Amino acid sequence: MTTSTTRRALLLAAVLAAGAGFATAAAAQTSIKIGYVLSRTGPNTGGAAVTTLPNYEMWAKEVNDAGGIKLGEKRVPIEIVAYDDRSSAEEAVRGIERLINQDKVDFILPPWGTGLNLAVGPILAREGYPHLAATAVTDKAPELAKRWPNSFWLLGTSTGAAEALVDLLVKLRDEKKIGDTVAMVAIADGFGIDLSTAARPALTKAKFKLAYDKSYPIGTQDLAPIINDVKALNPDVFVAFSYPPDTLALTEQSRIAGFNPKIFYTGVGTAFPLFNQKFGKNTEGVMGIGGWSGDSAAIKDYLARHKAARNGAEPDRWASAVTYSSLQILQQAIERVGKVDRAAVIKELQTGSFDTVIGKVKFENNLPTRYWWVGQWQGGDFYGVAPAGNVGARAAIVPKPAWVAP
Amino acid sequence: MNARLATFALLTAAGLSLMAMVPYLANAYWLALGISLLQYTVLATAWGLFSGPTRYVSLATTAFFGVGAYTVAVLGEALPWPVVLAVAAMLGAALAVLVGLSTLRLSGVYFVIFTFGLAELIRQLVVWFEVNKSHVLGRYVFVPVTQALIYWQLLALAAAVFALGWLIARSRLGFALRIIGEDETVATHCGINTTIAKVTLFVISATVMTLVGAVMAPRWTYIEPSIAFNAMISFQVLIMALLGGAHRLWGPVLGAVPLTLLFELLSANFPNTFTIILGCIFLVIVYLLPRGVVGLIERRRETSVPVQRRLPA
Repeated sequence: MTTSTTRRALLLAAVLAAGAGFATAAAAQTSIKIGYVLSRTGPNTGGAAVTTLPNYEMWAKEVNDAGGIKLGEKRVPIEIVAYDDRSSAEEAVRGIERLINQDKVDFILPPWGTGLNLAVGPILAREGYPHLAATAVTDKAPELAKRWPNSFWLLGTSTGAAEALVDLLVKLRDEKKIGDTVAMVAIADGFGIDLSTAARPALTKAKFKLAYDKSYPIGTQDLAPIINDVKALNPDVFVAFSYPPDTLALTEQSRIAGFNPKIFYTGVGTAFPLFNQKFGKNTEGVMGIGGWSGDSAAIKDYLARHKAARNGAEPDRWASAVTYSSLQILQQAIERVGKVDRAAVIKELQTGSFDTVIGKVKFENNLPTRYWWVGQWQGGDFYGVAPAGNVGARAAIVPKPAWVAP
Repeated sequence: MNARLATFALLTAAGLSLMAMVPYLANAYWLALGISLLQYTVLATAWGLFSGPTRYVSLATTAFFGVGAYTVAVLGEALPWPVVLAVAAMLGAALAVLVGLSTLRLSGVYFVIFTFGLAELIRQLVVWFEVNKSHVLGRYVFVPVTQALIYWQLLALAAAVFALGWLIARSRLGFALRIIGEDETVATHCGINTTIAKVTLFVISATVMTLVGAVMAPRWTYIEPSIAFNAMISFQVLIMALLGGAHRLWGPVLGAVPLTLLFELLSANFPNTFTIILGCIFLVIVYLLPRGVVGLIERRRETSVPVQRRLPA
């Protein structure tokens, strides 16, 4: 009697254990858990809401509509866990730690912006998660890639951006399209200071005359004095390493003041759809940081899908497509490995080559080999014009056409 | 009394060594939560150290916190870690002396506004210096400080701030400050040098806040003025100390711990409605607990004493 009860109990226990074991084994393969921490509130919200969030959501939906990510023979859907970092480095770090240790996610998508990507870099490296930073511009990128072999810096360095711009200017001067006076302004924040610090020696070395070189504090409302001063100097080239609000303000002020240099270049925000909505015909010939191969079929298709998925909203013409490509790269790397093996995925990322909306991407020392650094509005879209060697580079329209009445 | 003190010291030592074990037992998530709890405990207690007895509401927490973080950003790789901390503490103290001497004559709402502006002022000074002199904005901190080490440093700081608070409360300084808090004019008439008393306490409180900033900085790798001088820190510390009750040394902890846990719970479960819920909670605190959790406990105690004592004799 006792023996039989014991035996029955043991049998039951065995069945239960088998059932549980089966359940966990099955659970490990029925979905891939992907987590991210994004700035849904605070000062970073604008950038994250235009460039990052739409691409994350669109990609997850597309993948799941297609049945999921292919692991070996079958497809498994993505399950998303998302948090808000409230634009704070500490919250971003905490969120990532929560994703790894509490939610036990399989992969992590990076936060928006240089500062937050750097803040979460050490944990992702320590825990061995692939880190495809698509919205960080830092001169330390090569060094960081060496320090954290799991990290990939898709947007390149500020020196790269400044030098590509100067190379373009040199070429245009050689073609006698512009003279050699340059006026440069920069916002007194990470981006503006990094770029102007890199551009200054490059311009001097190329024997350009730097007629004006000033910075303005973040949040400056009235930029008319700057534009008036610059206009009085009558430079051939106007370069502003600016943020979205001042990119709009400087452009608007130049139009009002009738300041129309042969090259008019502004910083972050020039590539935003908002810029086109605000200035319409007046965007023609305006240059800015970023750009994409607007003539390529893949980009046209991406634009159409983005508009369909986001209620007609367009992506920006710089980091958006790069962000989406980083997701395609991650997916392809996971599918080639065929299982949730993060070390193998990182290895594949380092060595493989990937088909994306921005073309073929292959990392060298964890950095892509091609970037779009200078774009120009031409006929209502923002095309990459430099480096000229890139596939799909358009010729720059110089001099910039005159401003028209809005 | 001495036996009671000995038991208390023993219990404290046991508690501290238990807490020091956390990095060995917990995973990175719980360790991070522990760091957060300690960070806000130290900040809120340091805040209460000055603002509790004097009743000056300060929003300068982030100014000192940021100075500490920035010191690490600038010197972190150049000097040994203890020296970096010492320099940070000295800078924080020097700044507090300067600010204290020039502003503690202000009172009420003027002081609040000044301290709020102070953080912005220092942030703009840092930006100006970085833009015009060093030409870098955004510095990288690569120092070999592990998360466990950050936790232990904060734990030590917490022990130190409580010991300090306990000592001050039993000193002439503490007594003088309580009188200043009740009525500054009376205090002056009693022959108390109110300025020196206030500035001394302000400096002690600010130095602790600066050290917290310095200890926390290696967690972020990258520091720029908007990260180091984040005004949210000032507000969070203020609301924590108010929830706990700033007029007792152990009051701010009673606010810092539940609010840190609450922030964590909210950001984990309601990432999209975090701010709205938080706002409602703040309203509730201000309306229902004007004297904080400590006030609530004290009221309980009062009501539990025999009724006849409260009747007119």
